[in-house]
Amino acid sequence: MTPASSIKSSQAPDPEYDLQHPLECVGYDFGLSRRAFVKGLGAGLCIAVSLPVLAQERESGQRSRNTFLGTGAQNLAARIHLGTDGSITVMAGKVEAGQGARAELLQAAAEELRVPVSRVRMMLADTDMVPDDGMTAGSGTTPRTVPAVRRGAATARNLLIAFACGQWTLEHAAVEVRDGRVVHRGSNRSLDYADLARSVGTAKLFQQAIPADIELTPIKEWKVLGTSVSRPEAHDLVTGAHKYPSDIARPGMLYGKILRRPAYDAKLLSIDLAPARAIPEVIVIRDDQDDQFVGVAASTSFRAERALAAISDTAKWGTTPQSSGPRPSGSKPSSKDLFDYLRRNAEGGPPSNPFANGPSVAKTLRRTYNVPYIQHAPLEPRAALAEWKDGRLTVWTGSQNPFGVRGELARAFHLPEDQVRVVIPDFGAAFGGKHTGECAVEAARLARGAGKPVSLRWTREEEFTWAYFRPAGVIEAEASLDAQGKIATWYFININSGPNAVDTPYSIGKTDCRFIPSTPPLRHGSYRGLAATANNFAREVFMDELAATADSDPLAFRHAHLANPRLRAVLDAATSHFRWQERANRKDPNTSVGLACGTEKGSYVAACAEIEIDRQQKKLKVRNICEAFECGAIVNPGNLLSQVQGATIMGLGAALQEEIRFENGRILNASFGEYRVPRLEDVPELDIHLINRPDLPSAGAGETPIIAIAPAIANAVFRATGASVQALPIRI
Amino acid sequence: METRAETKTDARITFTLNGESRSVITDPDRPLLDVLREDLHLTGTKYGCGEGECRACTVLLNGESTPSCLTPVGSVNGQPVLTIEGLAHGDKLHPVQEVFLAEGAFQCGYCTAGMILGVASVRQKNPAADEAEYRAELQKHICRCGGYPKYLSVIRRLAEGAQTEKARI
Repeated sequence: MTPASSIKSSQAPDPEYDLQHPLECVGYDFGLSRRAFVKGLGAGLCIAVSLPVLAQERESGQRSRNTFLGTGAQNLAARIHLGTDGSITVMAGKVEAGQGARAELLQAAAEELRVPVSRVRMMLADTDMVPDDGMTAGSGTTPRTVPAVRRGAATARNLLIAFACGQWTLEHAAVEVRDGRVVHRGSNRSLDYADLARSVGTAKLFQQAIPADIELTPIKEWKVLGTSVSRPEAHDLVTGAHKYPSDIARPGMLYGKILRRPAYDAKLLSIDLAPARAIPEVIVIRDDQDDQFVGVAASTSFRAERALAAISDTAKWGTTPQSSGPRPSGSKPSSKDLFDYLRRNAEGGPPSNPFANGPSVAKTLRRTYNVPYIQHAPLEPRAALAEWKDGRLTVWTGSQNPFGVRGELARAFHLPEDQVRVVIPDFGAAFGGKHTGECAVEAARLARGAGKPVSLRWTREEEFTWAYFRPAGVIEAEASLDAQGKIATWYFININSGPNAVDTPYSIGKTDCRFIPSTPPLRHGSYRGLAATANNFAREVFMDELAATADSDPLAFRHAHLANPRLRAVLDAATSHFRWQERANRKDPNTSVGLACGTEKGSYVAACAEIEIDRQQKKLKVRNICEAFECGAIVNPGNLLSQVQGATIMGLGAALQEEIRFENGRILNASFGEYRVPRLEDVPELDIHLINRPDLPSAGAGETPIIAIAPAIANAVFRATGASVQALPIRI
Repeated sequence: METRAETKTDARITFTLNGESRSVITDPDRPLLDVLREDLHLTGTKYGCGEGECRACTVLLNGESTPSCLTPVGSVNGQPVLTIEGLAHGDKLHPVQEVFLAEGAFQCGYCTAGMILGVASVRQKNPAADEAEYRAELQKHICRCGGYPKYLSVIRRLAEGAQTEKARI
């Protein structure tokens, strides 16, 4: 398998680029020779990208940073199109994967244009049509793209005002814009955006850059932002008319399948393609440049599967996965010895605690926490439809990274980026799991080989095996308490899973919080909240153990170390709605409560959980979760609630059930039957409180609500059993 | 593909799809899901797992909530199949669709068609169904976005509506 690259070690993560992209794109080793390329696609189309430049960019990290943030709209025309028929189209490079980006961006545009949302058409994520707004990741749409769209819309509104005042020779103060029209208060004359569109000078005016400092509508005057605007695609979602990447079809399209290795490090030695070629309406695709790539394309998925099965049976592989001898993966671990492996391979070894030999302290506590690989398991597995036409490649696919996938395709096929178009239809969820374009590249390889458009839809097993995972991690924590029971020193090392939220939000005299990369045995990448899920779990569980060591109540212990007012506010809200003191004092041996809080990406969360424990059966059931969440000024309360509910429930899965098991380069639980994700009856009573802070800028909300769930439940287990929880998923 | 060559395993399969008689000539072992999506171009029915665990592929076969990924098309010969595309009457949404829409009960929407059909099957079999009956059906469906609180609102509204209806009678 391709070794996953490591996360850049960083003590101080850049707040803009959140370092949640440890993933290296798959290294494509089927690079065509220039001659083969020209032969295949015709001369005149090959403008090879300078590889040394790419390598330099990669080294500097500049490319990934540009990919993450994007270049934004170069001018107003790239952001907003006004039709002479009165239509208004707003373009954004974000994708819709269920998180509600389209509705929020519509709100942003409608607010500043002073039009109803129904007047605006939102065009998302088509690299030929929209500006590069970067990846849809890191909870970035709300804090970055919503303001970018607002600035564009406000610029257009100002142009409408200037246009009308020019026509009427009036001061700007004499007019106002309402319901899409600029109106002269004195005479009631009016002009609208269609009039502006028809004006001769407008096209030139739209070539101007969008001013970064343009005045936006103050929050207290918001009419559209701050309200629960419903999703514009809602009707198509309930009728089944909405088209996902796996639904897109093109004339003459075939269905593709890829021969997968039986284990990550297996090597194809030989294969007989004749049985597949004997099946009518099947094209077998082999790449002269890459003897490991075998695919089929056929008139139906069924036929493609049959063809693949026919040749799979003839394949000879370089390793024997079931061999009882030395593992073919050499020193690669299984999920059973994963954590020792990660520790052993920590870059430079885990650093020692600099405070270990400090002045004498009252008490010290040391713990190690293990967090497994888990899978995003979006309900729509990766899918891509690729079409080559006149040397140009178009791919429809589900990815959070439209411009990044365009770059990936351009590099893979040695094409200039303007010869590649990536279109991202709304797709069946991602959760940080679709930053890459491996399925897009595979579909394009099949389409090139077949000479026809090819739709490739990964199976669930492929998604569980060949997508990337949330990184596993080991967290070493050591703290000392002074005579007053306060934390004197804090040492907290995350090995392998990432730097997000590795720093403690608590006020502690001496801290050493670090992320140390290791050698990950599986390909890993982003996730909802990424390493904040691991770091906040370990920190908050450790806090409860320290509280117990100090003979303190978990809430009082946190209060004694908590200066951050926003974090205090959510903690107080959650504990008060939950009636923490009352429930914590209850003496029921089979019921317990726990709490946790945390902050990441500018938003704040606290959760209280009530659990029921069956000691004989070693089972636990979460009965109630009360969560308070604050992310500044709320842009869309209805959508925010959905995001918080969804993150909470996803957090339940990671807390109680989810864990990738692997051995000998194979995933052992690559199905929904064996990898359980939350279902309806797993959902406890949820009591969610959204705290609006109109005085603060809006932060994103898709991730942080997940980070308090696992530690709140683990702390309830610790409270009930006295045995500390030191691994996910939680077992009693 | 409309122009598929007949092979010796192909058979003519005729069934009622969304109220209309349809015939396909194909391999009877193909999953109904594939035939709906690839031959009949009804893409509202989704693939999620291929093992009946997620129910994104739910259709109503003889009114029963059925995973079309595990249903060979040959087995539906002569039977009525309802997909999400056949649930509304023209522009008039089915009451279950109306409630999903009103509650905003979707996130990515990939499971939505299956959820709606599952709920509709319970309601069609027993218009007075209670929450527990709806819950038993929804337990079979996966929503990875975690939209379950909204589905609970949907089925509570349907169950309460049925109660109100009963009280009126």
